[in-house]
Amino acid sequence: MARQGVLVEPYQRLKPEQVEQIHQASLAILSQPGILCFNRSAAEVFADHGAEVSPVPQPGADCWHLQIPEKIITDAVETAPKVVKLGARDENNCLILDGNEPRVRFASGSEANNWLEVDVDAFVSRRNPDIEVDVPTFRVEKGTVDRLAKAAHLCEHLDSWDSFLRTVNIQDDDITDDNKDVNKFFVALNNTTKHVMSGLTELSQLSNVVRMSHIIAGGEDRFRENPVISFITCVIKSPLQMVDDTTQTAIEVARRGIPLVISSSPQGGSTAPITEDGMVAQINAEILVGIALTQLVNKGAPVLYGSVPVRARMDNLYDSYGVPEFNQYNIDCVQMARYYRLPCYSTGGVSDIRVPGIQASVERLFSHILVTLAGPQYIHYAFGLLERTNTFCPVQAVLDDTHISMVKRFVRQPIVTADRISESLEQVRRVMGTSHKLYVRFVRSALRSGEIAPPYPFESKDTVDKTLLRARERMEEILSLPPSHMAEPVVDKVFQEVPGLLTRLRGS
Amino acid sequence: MTEDLLSLIKENVIQGRIAQDDEGFDEGLVGQPGASELTEKALTEGVNLEDIINKGLTEGMNIVGQKFETGEYYIPDMLASAETVGAAMEILEPHLAQSGIKSKGKILVATVKGDLHDIGKNIVSILLRGAGYTVKDLGNDIAPQTIVEAVREERPQFLGMSALLTSTMIHMNNTIEALTESGLRDKVKIIIGGAAVSEEFAQSIGANGYGADGFQAVKIMDALRNSMKG
Ligand code: B12
Repeated sequence: MARQGVLVEPYQRLKPEQVEQIHQASLAILSQPGILCFNRSAAEVFADHGAEVSPVPQPGADCWHLQIPEKIITDAVETAPKVVKLGARDENNCLILDGNEPRVRFASGSEANNWLEVDVDAFVSRRNPDIEVDVPTFRVEKGTVDRLAKAAHLCEHLDSWDSFLRTVNIQDDDITDDNKDVNKFFVALNNTTKHVMSGLTELSQLSNVVRMSHIIAGGEDRFRENPVISFITCVIKSPLQMVDDTTQTAIEVARRGIPLVISSSPQGGSTAPITEDGMVAQINAEILVGIALTQLVNKGAPVLYGSVPVRARMDNLYDSYGVPEFNQYNIDCVQMARYYRLPCYSTGGVSDIRVPGIQASVERLFSHILVTLAGPQYIHYAFGLLERTNTFCPVQAVLDDTHISMVKRFVRQPIVTADRISESLEQVRRVMGTSHKLYVRFVRSALRSGEIAPPYPFESKDTVDKTLLRARERMEEILSLPPSHMAEPVVDKVFQEVPGLLTRLRGS
Repeated sequence: MTEDLLSLIKENVIQGRIAQDDEGFDEGLVGQPGASELTEKALTEGVNLEDIINKGLTEGMNIVGQKFETGEYYIPDMLASAETVGAAMEILEPHLAQSGIKSKGKILVATVKGDLHDIGKNIVSILLRGAGYTVKDLGNDIAPQTIVEAVREERPQFLGMSALLTSTMIHMNNTIEALTESGLRDKVKIIIGGAAVSEEFAQSIGANGYGADGFQAVKIMDALRNSMKG
């Protein structure tokens, strides 16, 4: 079994000929102006396979100019697997991402520095001291190992949350660059049985993380069948520059055949054209060149087409996720991935504002609905992210889970069959024959089968909006459930064989 | 004649046009000389350098600032104008030294080691150039020692460092220590910025200032500059 997500009838924003035009534009970009590459191995690999590569004099850094011929791209699109399996500690939670099938799964994301706590405070009216209301207040904390564990614990119990992508940057005093990777993967894997995905801070830690994953999966062979982790790399710094260290990470991960997201995140108006066609042509070129690299180092290496296009704000050039263009860019990228039949790691659900509330809900629901409708195989950033990905709020994640379940319900395919129609006609006739003329009796079986949406679970009955307080209660409830830790012997083995793990994490 | 030229320079700053190929806000500007060509022309015609800077570039930039304050201009407009002033200043620079006019000061900017985020740093650079500072951009992923050497060679009055990752902000500290060890710390005023850092962090590592955005960066530099004079 695998997690099913939701199958959609994709909304096509671009017409087929527009998809083709953008594909051609991306190829044109890859040949002229081409790519600036700061990684020697990548430059060599591309040169060996027919790209035109020439050194670019740059003070303090090795840099090459690459002109990528169409053949490299079409070959890569051919050899990259169309179906990628993301495994899980509990294999029933694995995800089968099929580039040919618009089935959407939802994941968290980012590496937010801040963790936003929602507290409850009582306020008394100045006009009438008899009136006292509970109001949510917000407290900004740092991301830590314990909070990452909490987020993974929430993920385990929230049904729409299909895969755990590290939510916060762990900034404890005993975390260093050298032990960050093993600890963040350990904490995530020890608190959820769903798929765990993350970026890598230090390439030198790759083998330790992989060793840990082998142990957890039950050996190297089992890991191949059930890769419980995967990696994300931003190979490209927009516009069109291949970064030295992340490119090296991509090469190493691809060599090992571990699932890898090649993600690019240009900002329309600052690091990419603000126009829809220009933005999509550029990001598509950026992702394709990353995917090509993985296929050149290891034909058939599992990769996801990772599109994270955003728009720059015009008042401060920060990245913006709440504007409509964000959705246009993202939907177009999903279509490009589908054109290549590659599984797509897409983006949705972030708000620009720092705290949960009306703006946050509008902004995130907007993209939750629209990007889901486009039918990517995987949507990251979908839980808890505020302040343009700089803040993760667990209470917001609980709300997102509910909202996503509503979206999933909405996008399900209509069932219109001859049988159903005749049943419905029968209903209409029978009801019209009664004196009360109500259909309620016919709802009962559907009500029990879960076919009918429940009311909003955090609704307030009085004139004060208690959504956040209710969601917070729900969060507390979940966090009081026992965590799904790994079996003792597995943890022992991990601690014996993987250096760098904090001993204080043994029980968490 | 000179007045016309100066007001054209000013107008092109307001329109954010560096060169003749650039568009502005008004129709039909493409093909007409931009700030660079006009500045060259002013030089060959022997227009007073201080007038070019004050009556052309600075006055233009002041108007841009007002338009930004009132919400008529957005950041991209501001940047286009600041970039225009920077380009004109680059043309004027060799002549300034001869005539004894000084720029507001020289600043080295860099994104620190291990960090590739440079959008913010580039914005800050453009705005500082537009405000009349000479900016030397060392790039991103710059090691403490490289910064020390650049400070030794370039002898700037200011150093600006940017970090967006919590894992790289420590290199600001390392750089300041390396400068201290090389006996260069008191030769430069240091300002820092970027999403990872804060006012408190700046104080804790002994930087002279923190800028939350590019405009603050300019304000802080101006303030530091005044305190140096005094
Ligand atoms: C764009 C971006 C990227 C781009 C960078 C492109 C580029 N050319 O710079 C790419 C894709 C390359 C990238 C890569 C990575 N990124 Co990034 N990135 C961002 C993002 C979305 C926006 C940053 C930005 O440009 N903002 C817009 C500019 C205008 O704002 P600004 O930089 O803050 O600058 C302003 C002020 O801070 C100030 N300022 C800045 N510098 C200075 C200097 C001085 C002297 C002064 C006075 C003022 C000043 O003035 C500026 C103008 O107003 C942020 C999230 C965010 N919303 O901030 C994440 C973010 C910074 N990235 C993050 C991460 C994790 C990464 C990666 C590690 C991801 C990975 N796993 O590969 C890599 C690291 C690469 C590296 N070694 O540096 C995290 C950092 C968390 C942490 N650990 O601290 C963030 C916060 C996102 C997140 N929540 O996960 N990223």
